[in-house]
Amino acid sequence: MSALLELHDVEARYGPVQALRGVSLEVPEGEIVAVLGANGAGKTTTLRAVSETVRRSGRIELGGKPLRGGPEAAAKAGVAHVPEGRGTFTELDVTENLRLGAYTRRGRRADADIERVAAWFPWIRERGTQRAGTLSGGEQQMLALARALMSRPRLLMLDEPSLGLAPLVVREIFRIVRELNAQEGLTVLVVEQDARIALDAASSAYVLEVGKVAVSGSAGELRENEAVRRSYLGY
Amino acid sequence: MGDFLQQVVSGLASGAIYASLALALVLIHRATGVINFAQGEMATFSTYVAWTLTTNHGWQYWPAFVVTLLLSFAGGVGVHQVAIRPNEKGSVLRVVIVTIGLLLLLNGLVTLIWSGEVRAVQSPFPTRTIDIGGVAFSIQDLGTIGVAFATVALLWLLFQYTKLGLAMRAAAVNPAEARLVGVRVTWMLSLGWGLAAVLGAIAGMLAAPSVFLDPNLMAAILIYAFAAAVLGGIDSPLGAVVGGLALGVGLNLIGAYVDFVGADLRLPVALLVILVVLVVKPSGIFGKREVRKV
Repeated sequence: MSALLELHDVEARYGPVQALRGVSLEVPEGEIVAVLGANGAGKTTTLRAVSETVRRSGRIELGGKPLRGGPEAAAKAGVAHVPEGRGTFTELDVTENLRLGAYTRRGRRADADIERVAAWFPWIRERGTQRAGTLSGGEQQMLALARALMSRPRLLMLDEPSLGLAPLVVREIFRIVRELNAQEGLTVLVVEQDARIALDAASSAYVLEVGKVAVSGSAGELRENEAVRRSYLGY
Repeated sequence: MGDFLQQVVSGLASGAIYASLALALVLIHRATGVINFAQGEMATFSTYVAWTLTTNHGWQYWPAFVVTLLLSFAGGVGVHQVAIRPNEKGSVLRVVIVTIGLLLLLNGLVTLIWSGEVRAVQSPFPTRTIDIGGVAFSIQDLGTIGVAFATVALLWLLFQYTKLGLAMRAAAVNPAEARLVGVRVTWMLSLGWGLAAVLGAIAGMLAAPSVFLDPNLMAAILIYAFAAAVLGGIDSPLGAVVGGLALGVGLNLIGAYVDFVGADLRLPVALLVILVVLVVKPSGIFGKREVRKV
């Protein structure tokens, strides 16, 4: 089991504020890995470091090759980053969002792929011309996920997919992510505030505290971990 | 009735020119978030290039037209890469000031290269009229309308039906997101500047035969274009076209039938349009009201 994504001692800063203080983690091929932690612990920044939407140092490798050259290069290398707060083009319609998801891929296979992706999100078929901004929050999150799938990513990065959504919708989204993982072998790195649902989906997880990995292990180990349970699972 | 129709068509011809330049302003406003005050001077420069090719080098009109468009495109891309891009990260005001600087620079360059002399520019269309249903229409007016409409239609096809056009729209409305899906945003914005320069060049070349060519060719037209863009909604390409045509026809009819306005007071009327729209409906006819979450 080799790691698809590896971070070695990654640091990142926003101006004078250091957000990551040497984070190292591994995402094995074909697995779901969760990043947990409190607000401001550096979860979002970890994903942003991978897609290079934040200034960072340290070593980040995808499939053994260093990732560099900005977000465009990361997208081309096969990283699909669904940022916090949905991440759709709200002024464009559903089909246009999906076509943009396939931007890095050559040729005219986008239409066939929309059909493939719509198998996971059937409502997309009837809503092709609807503006993304007029979708409900849950639909926008699903569209963002669908758009990410359009690129046939090697690595899917989800940032707080549960944010502001009803529990039922959150469960549906995680169900789809787990099935994608099980059926298509999709590798996922997910940042989540809701530790319980994230640990249910993930095979392993990292807990960040003030820009560093505080605890890591398999999902089972973390569920048993006294400190994690008290701080993040609340029982 | 015949006279009225003539005035409408002639208004549409002016309106098509305003619409082209207004569309250029809208493209850049969407991409870069500023009004490009140098848009008119860029167009004037292009028009001089076309004039040089036809007059000094003996080129046929249409080859010169096409080559001018290509050069203008390259020029627009160059202006973005060299002058705008390094300042984009700064405040909006900084970019605005750069465009005003460009305006002065280009105006000076045009005078330096071609002198301030007023030049007659050949029209690609015959100056005759054509009889349609008993009304005589100017072929030049109809040709102007035709060229402008063809340009707008091509642009619409580009933005609506091609991957490149979609990427350009994505880069304009949400650059951060566009980069995440792999769109090279800076180059898309440069392409936008290139296309805007092409639109300006078309406006300039269409306008020059009827108003003569001098370094301030586009000064008034830029104000009409600005009025058109504001009227239609500064972020709406459709609005720019509709606004341009409405303004062209409106001003022409007012000029023809309202005695005290005549031809001299058309510019103040355009300024009045800007003022009224900004006060009554700042987002214009087709614009979306900007909602900011705080």
